[in-house]
Amino acid sequence: MISLAILQDAAQAATEQAEAAGAASPYIIMGLWVLFLAIFVGFELITKVPPTLHTPLMSGANAISGITLVGALFCAGVGYPFLGKLLGFLAIVMATTNVVGGFLVTDRMLRMFGQRGKKKGA
Amino acid sequence: MSTPLALVVSAHTIEFVYMAAALLFIFGLKRLSGVRTARSGNAFATLGMALAVGGTLFLLGEVSLFVLVGGLAVGTILGILLATRVQMTEMPELVAFFNGLGGAASACVALSEVARYVGLGGGTTLATGGSLEFANAILVSILIGSVTLSGSFVAYGKLSGKIKDNRLGPIGSQGVNMLLALVVLAFGIWAGYSADGGLGFFAAFALLTLASLVLGIGLTVPIGGADMPVVISLLNSYSGLAACATGFVLENNLLITAGSLVGASGLILTQIMCKAMNRSLTNVLFATFGEESSTAGKNDEYTSVKAATAEDAAPILDVATSVVFVPGYGMAVAQAQHKVRELASLLEAKGCKVSYGIHPVAGRMPGHMNVLLAEADVPYEQLFDLDQINGEFQNTDVAIVVGANDVCNPAANDDPKSPIAGMPVLKVWEAQTVFVVKRSLSPGYAGIKNDLFEADNTLMCFGDGKQFLEDLIAELKDL
Repeated sequence: MISLAILQDAAQAATEQAEAAGAASPYIIMGLWVLFLAIFVGFELITKVPPTLHTPLMSGANAISGITLVGALFCAGVGYPFLGKLLGFLAIVMATTNVVGGFLVTDRMLRMFGQRGKKKGA
Repeated sequence: MSTPLALVVSAHTIEFVYMAAALLFIFGLKRLSGVRTARSGNAFATLGMALAVGGTLFLLGEVSLFVLVGGLAVGTILGILLATRVQMTEMPELVAFFNGLGGAASACVALSEVARYVGLGGGTTLATGGSLEFANAILVSILIGSVTLSGSFVAYGKLSGKIKDNRLGPIGSQGVNMLLALVVLAFGIWAGYSADGGLGFFAAFALLTLASLVLGIGLTVPIGGADMPVVISLLNSYSGLAACATGFVLENNLLITAGSLVGASGLILTQIMCKAMNRSLTNVLFATFGEESSTAGKNDEYTSVKAATAEDAAPILDVATSVVFVPGYGMAVAQAQHKVRELASLLEAKGCKVSYGIHPVAGRMPGHMNVLLAEADVPYEQLFDLDQINGEFQNTDVAIVVGANDVCNPAANDDPKSPIAGMPVLKVWEAQTVFVVKRSLSPGYAGIKNDLFEADNTLMCFGDGKQFLEDLIAELKDL
């Protein structure tokens, strides 16, 4: 019982300290929540994909990783100096190539998988 | 040139757009688990991306149109060109290339944030002026992004045959890699925690990026051949983790969500590939597999190989009632998938049952063979995994191995001392007759003798896969 009370005191002290430290710490906690939950969802989803679809899965997932494009777009905005904009431009070009090319080529592959049952031999 | 763009979306509203995008990604990946729903799954993920990018454009307000429109246009054109021109056999190279671009983009975004920080007159270190988390996220983002970039380009070079060596000068040995990791760590500490002037920042981050790029080369260059599926899967995972780290830099939940989904996906594929070779990830990454086994393999000569021409093989196939094709990387190299399909159709017309046994690591990336066969119009119901097909070989008249070697080596089952002992293999030797279509008796990636080639029921059909199958089809039609 005593040890529990000590733990509670310590927890409360830590919370107060964190609150006193201001708004600097919350985001990383939130970010880690998102990270771990998303990884778990990812594991659950991907283990169900059959081996036949592993290549399209990889190229499709790869296109999704081009989401960094959203970050790159911000670099074209205000507050970024010339060097920042230059890097942003490079990032936009590369990420867009990744996104557009990735989704397109995945669709091209999946179209082939779906051909069965339609016109034969064409 | 800066032009104001109408500010339609607020920073608050965009969160809901991003949330919708994240859900679309998850839903899209879920639909990828079935062949019939997969295409729509990819479409949902594309929609998610379009929402996220479109929403962000409206959020931005004042932007440099040149950077924004120019970048998007160039990237779109490049993406379309690459995606429509690539041959299905070159898919591993393309995926490696795209992985590299994704990693590089993430690193560039992090570096751009540094430039912004300096531009704001950052007279203090990143860790004190920003925050500890901000500094760390930037360092991790640059590190993973750069490693993904250079690693992917080495993988691309290896896949396309432009890089053949396992060393580039001193780069590639484990000792040098350890050293490089320490250098990266040192530059990282300097860049994040002690650099505080404009030029100091510049030097520290330039050196950190450079060292990370070299480390990426060092980690990838010693790995080759049949281990490529593992490397590509791992780099796929890294490209997601790089986006994830960038999410922490920008405090953006969507980047973290999407990045971790991809990171998890790549890790699972990596794990599946390792399991299919009965090796651990550390073994693939750090052991010099080829060097260990090459001495053991060289002394073994083949003594009683039976060679067969298309003319010899055709009558056997003519009376077969069940045939299993076992494709390997050689089929991709010879572009023989269409001929395989043609032969299969011919056999089916004769009332023969045709199926395909596909080893998880056949080819140069997960699912490589399946895509090639799908390209040749093979129905996916005829494609079977290792576990599904292995019981069937006993009842199979003819197993036709096209350009595969180590994945059907009986030594993995019989010889506990073999370098591939314990690796799950396709038991083709249990079939009545085995045709091995192969250029020569040269060993596969493992560098060891394959007793299958000497088995009593094996006929070696030497030659180019495509040419041999063409001859075989012609002979079969003449019978």
